[in-house]
Amino acid sequence: MAVARVATGRGVARRRSLVGWGFVGPFLAVFALVFLAPIGYAIYLSLFRNRLIGGNSFVGLDNYTQALQDSQFWSALGRVALFLAVQVPIMLFLALLVALAIDSGRLYGKSFFRVTIFLPYAVPAVVATLMWGFMYGTRFGLIGNINDALGVTLPDPLSPDLVLASIGNIVTWEFAGYNMLIFYSALRVVPVSLYEAAEIDGAGQFRIIRAIKLPAIRGALVIATIFSVIGSFQLFNEPSILQDIAPNAITTYFTPNLYAYSLSFSGQQYNYSAAVAIVMAVVTMVIAYVVQLRGMRREGQTGIRVERRRGRPRPPALLGRSRR
Amino acid sequence: MRRKTLRIAALATATLLALAACGSGDDEGSGSGSGGTTVSEADVQAALEKGGNLTVWAWEPTLKDVVAKFQAKYPNVKVNLVNAGTGNDQYTALQNAIAAGSGVPDVAQIEYYALPQFALAKSVDDLKAYGAEGLDGTFTPGPWASVNTAGGVYGLPMDSGPMALFYNKEVFDKHGIKVPTTWAEYLDAARKLHQADPKAYITSDTGDAGFTTSLIWQAGGKPYKVDGTNVTIDFADAGSTEFATTWQRLISEKLLAPIAGWSDQWYQGLGNGTIATLATGAWMPANFVTGVPGASGKWRVAPMPQWQAGGNASAENGGSSLAMPAKGGNKEIAYGFVKYANAGEGVQTRLDGGAFPATTAELKSEKFLSTEFPYFGGQKANEIFAKSAEQVVTGWSYLPFQVYANSIFNDTVGKAYVSGTTLQDGLNSWQQASAKYGTDQGFSVK
Repeated sequence: MAVARVATGRGVARRRSLVGWGFVGPFLAVFALVFLAPIGYAIYLSLFRNRLIGGNSFVGLDNYTQALQDSQFWSALGRVALFLAVQVPIMLFLALLVALAIDSGRLYGKSFFRVTIFLPYAVPAVVATLMWGFMYGTRFGLIGNINDALGVTLPDPLSPDLVLASIGNIVTWEFAGYNMLIFYSALRVVPVSLYEAAEIDGAGQFRIIRAIKLPAIRGALVIATIFSVIGSFQLFNEPSILQDIAPNAITTYFTPNLYAYSLSFSGQQYNYSAAVAIVMAVVTMVIAYVVQLRGMRREGQTGIRVERRRGRPRPPALLGRSRR
Repeated sequence: MRRKTLRIAALATATLLALAACGSGDDEGSGSGSGGTTVSEADVQAALEKGGNLTVWAWEPTLKDVVAKFQAKYPNVKVNLVNAGTGNDQYTALQNAIAAGSGVPDVAQIEYYALPQFALAKSVDDLKAYGAEGLDGTFTPGPWASVNTAGGVYGLPMDSGPMALFYNKEVFDKHGIKVPTTWAEYLDAARKLHQADPKAYITSDTGDAGFTTSLIWQAGGKPYKVDGTNVTIDFADAGSTEFATTWQRLISEKLLAPIAGWSDQWYQGLGNGTIATLATGAWMPANFVTGVPGASGKWRVAPMPQWQAGGNASAENGGSSLAMPAKGGNKEIAYGFVKYANAGEGVQTRLDGGAFPATTAELKSEKFLSTEFPYFGGQKANEIFAKSAEQVVTGWSYLPFQVYANSIFNDTVGKAYVSGTTLQDGLNSWQQASAKYGTDQGFSVK
């Protein structure tokens, strides 16, 4: 009897686990097909070398050693790292500033302002870059017009020295609104009672920002930072399009992605390109993970503090109500 | 490059044709012309009469009319004209199809500079098997030399781009500048023009591989020597140095408008007189008409400035061939089509559509030569182009990996346009980078 009971129990357990697989199966199949398989194929490709003369041969990790010694690859990586270090803080700071301004409730026409700031995100990156590329024109573009009107000679935004900053400007314009929205929505869920309590305690606006708002949106900050880290390392659209009008300032190895693209599409070096892409993916993952780890740890600490201050959670129905 | 402007039209036509061709899904074709065996003209003719399906990858817009007339002549042949991308995009698709071994077109448009790459890998058929070498003399020397590569005839020339100097007569007259006949005079004209009007430049240049190699070609330079898999790259020869010296002056004295070709600013510059000349291929007029309509009547065409006073050297800039990918099918019909389009009745059809021919007969025909171009103030510009076609310097060769080499031109030579690097240094680093790629790809590069 005992044996039989055990057997039945096992059967149930097995059936239950199979049911689970049935639910996740469709997802897993698609996941394997569109996510795991391409990565696997890229890794497979990266172990070979196909040459115009001599054909295809297995080379083991040669492509990886070549990538690690490739000065063009490192210069591309250095460039996006610099971009990350300068552009991302500026963009996130601006986004935060705008989010706080809108959230402060002291802004006249804040819905309009919010939509306007967010609008660039809705413009496709290609269109945005073409538009900015036109404005950057020193002959007939906006810069040219300013030069003519004021009789000055502004530096060429598309010269090799400035082109990275110019791209940073485009990216900031495109994504500040998106990040603003992340921050703003995080700010909206802060219970009003906290502000009321702070006011009763005599805290000023800056004190409220520092002690309540910033700690409350730390999670959103971490998420936005991770997105921006990944975005910076994957920089491709903007330099690729500006390359047409500034071919000498933007090399084929301007960013790691552009380099992988050039290797593969103009050089038919699919294998080496796959290796470069995989090295880049690993670097991105490591850095994003480090950011996440640091952010999570801090969030954990502050989370407790916020929790203690927060008191009773507000019913969700009140969330939409405006506070003034 | 100019094809960017043609892309949309070609895409639209290709889509229409692809849709039209969808209706017919008959037999798998009869052709089996394998490599080595000789296919006679009668075989080709018989295959054309019998009929079958043919897939053609091309972006050249006038082929649409050619296909229509070809199908009218051979009603049993169904041609599926596909625009698989322009230039490099198409080559990538073609390389992928060849690597995969499926979906390979029967006929593909390949530019002259890219043809050696396909010929060397035997990705396209040697048309000698079809008696293509008998067409020697049918085509002008430049394009014919371009398809004669790797010891075979790997395509038939479709169009050509003998170079000429387009200049804005209004600007020249205004400042009393004579049309330069040598590059030394061109340099003087550049100085004079820019001095008279600081906003005006003799031409625009931000580094263009096709243009640079064409000018070196015209100067008699032969930086690339290709013998099978043995490749020599040398940008220190007389022609290359001559080009580099003159062009360096134009760069150093800031006499070149830093405007990239085919950009919005470039079209504006051509229209408003700030870009006064353009040395380019004979396919340019149609682009002027559509791209710079406002300057109609202001521009004229002159022969290329010479490197030696009194010389009569020219070079090719651009142009494509039709080739037959080795893994394609319907070989006899494919060759029949290529010959019809490039050496048969199709040539006139394409001329009527505004293409510039690569065939001697059409170049010499009275009708072609006497065509007046309203855009150039009624000038008979084809006379100049035709003469240029005859004067193309022989012996030029592109690299068997020119597609890649051109893609890194601005990484290396481009530095000369925006920094203290000299043009000659730029050419040297281009040489090194190209040699490195060649070696990686298994060539023996010197």
